[in-house]
Amino acid sequence: MQTQPKTNDAPVMEIRGLTQNFGGLKAVSDFSVKLGKNELSGLIGPNGAGKTTVFNLVSGFYQPSEGEILIGGVPTAGLKPHKVTSLGVGRTFQNIRLWNDMTVLDNICVAQHSQLNYGFFHSAIRSKHYLQREKEITEKAAELLNVFDLMKYADDFPKNLPYGTQRKLEIARALSSHPKLLLLDEPAAGLNSADAHDLIRLIRWIHETFDVTIWMIEHHMDVMMQLCTQIKVIDFGETIAEGSAEHVRNHPAVMTAYLGDENI
Amino acid sequence: MLRRYSVHLILAVTGGAIITMAYQEYLSLYVMSVLMFIGVNIILSTSLNLVNGYMGEFSCGHAGFMCVGAYVSSLLGVWLFAKDKVFGTAVLNPDYALYAFPFILLAGGVAAALAGLLVAIPSYKTRGDYLAIITIAANFIIISTIENIGAIGGSRGFMGMKRLINSMEDIVDLPWMPIWVFIFTVLCVWVIRRYVSSTFGKGVSAISQDEVAAEIMSVNTNKIKTITFMLSSGLAGIAGGLFAYILGYVNPGSFNIMKSTEVLVMVYLGGMGSLSGSVLSAILFTLLLEAFRFIIPVINDFAHQIHIISPDYDISQVWRWVLIPLLLIILMQFRPEGIMGNRELGDIFPRLKKFYRFK
Repeated sequence: MQTQPKTNDAPVMEIRGLTQNFGGLKAVSDFSVKLGKNELSGLIGPNGAGKTTVFNLVSGFYQPSEGEILIGGVPTAGLKPHKVTSLGVGRTFQNIRLWNDMTVLDNICVAQHSQLNYGFFHSAIRSKHYLQREKEITEKAAELLNVFDLMKYADDFPKNLPYGTQRKLEIARALSSHPKLLLLDEPAAGLNSADAHDLIRLIRWIHETFDVTIWMIEHHMDVMMQLCTQIKVIDFGETIAEGSAEHVRNHPAVMTAYLGDENI
Repeated sequence: MLRRYSVHLILAVTGGAIITMAYQEYLSLYVMSVLMFIGVNIILSTSLNLVNGYMGEFSCGHAGFMCVGAYVSSLLGVWLFAKDKVFGTAVLNPDYALYAFPFILLAGGVAAALAGLLVAIPSYKTRGDYLAIITIAANFIIISTIENIGAIGGSRGFMGMKRLINSMEDIVDLPWMPIWVFIFTVLCVWVIRRYVSSTFGKGVSAISQDEVAAEIMSVNTNKIKTITFMLSSGLAGIAGGLFAYILGYVNPGSFNIMKSTEVLVMVYLGGMGSLSGSVLSAILFTLLLEAFRFIIPVINDFAHQIHIISPDYDISQVWRWVLIPLLLIILMQFRPEGIMGNRELGDIFPRLKKFYRFK
């Protein structure tokens, strides 16, 4: 296994020959991708194709059976998810996983855990350093909420917010540690068409405003077509097509995977 | 200004009043010991609430850690400062006992915190019911180990701590035990409050609400779990040390699963994840337990008078342990969230917030 030097030209994320077996099932097989700075790219595929597995592998939730993942040139093999996150990966979940009994502001604060720079003893004695850091963290969180127009909900609990707002909050939380790579797992799932439209604008705005590479999984083809420059299609863990949105849409293998074989 | 220091003021006045009354001997020894046990129970319930309430795990072996603290601080204190048949003459001059005492208690706490690793390390991979079984096992391991060390008395117990208190009182004539109980109770609640209200400590609630999200959102869940379990068991160890010195005698039997259950009842009575609830319920529960001492004879007399029980049977204090678990059943049926739910005093009476700041 070769380790690439950590330089600025290293791609934000690079996956080489990623394979994941669950018992006898090959969930992902020989998957490779390279994401550059500020890219907005997509991953699609039918249900059970292994998309979320790829995301779980990238965020360190699973350890790959084969292949390697590099974040900014640093291999993530053997790292716990929180370490991977502190390398600069933020993500959202298919089914919203906010901390529902914590205020919106706290949700954003706690997600900055990797940057706290103080430990238990500082919090127990309330040192100057601690108070300073707490102030900075809260300010940073408030700033992010303001930017996302969520400040009015700062003291509410996420469970009491409308579904679309929860999605937005989850994306804000993923951005709170200033990641270089943002993974969005079906951000439009469960949204009506008006909300989905807002979401497209939101993602485009994030892409323009924050210095971040976005990689998203989505089922809504129209969302993907409007947003992504590069799309990869996987089915049964195998990459079946990749390229621009237009190219992917008309690719025969993609049509077969989504609509079924015409010979049946 | 007043808001900022009101809690300090109330604490100073309460503490001062109790200690003055103890010094002037206005309060009987019985009342004093009840007050001290309230302190010990506050430490126990708030520290268990950290694990069961804030972190959402289910620990039912809290008394085990209390036992470690009780034994370590008793043995250390007696070894250093008292003449004893186990250790022989005192290692250090008993004149220093007073200054060393807080460190002896803390040493008990540290030992208990290390024993807490017995639960903390399995908790990396195990959750919920399975971890609960591990906590029970830890409780049994600790008790049985001590029962089998004959040198420190085994199941007969260990004593000699009263001599240490006497030598403290010889140096400065003050009621030292109530003072130490008061100081450590306040410190304990203070440390927990500060921990859980920091962004670092909010990681504990994040784990309880969604552990996967916590880990992926950069919370080092294993580290937080270790700290939380060690803090919780360490504070239980300090409570154990105080308990041992209040009684002047420890035996492993008083830290069995029954004691752990007692602490659990206090946590659930007060409300999961509510620190003020735990403090309140520790006070209420201790008073209730003592009240049964007077209530049960009354019930006994009454039952004899109306001839519903045989004249040669007496309702003894053992029946407390029928009535208290019954209370738990009633509580779980009708108010499962406890007295305070997961709210603090300031959330229930928002106006109070104007008058105090407790952090």
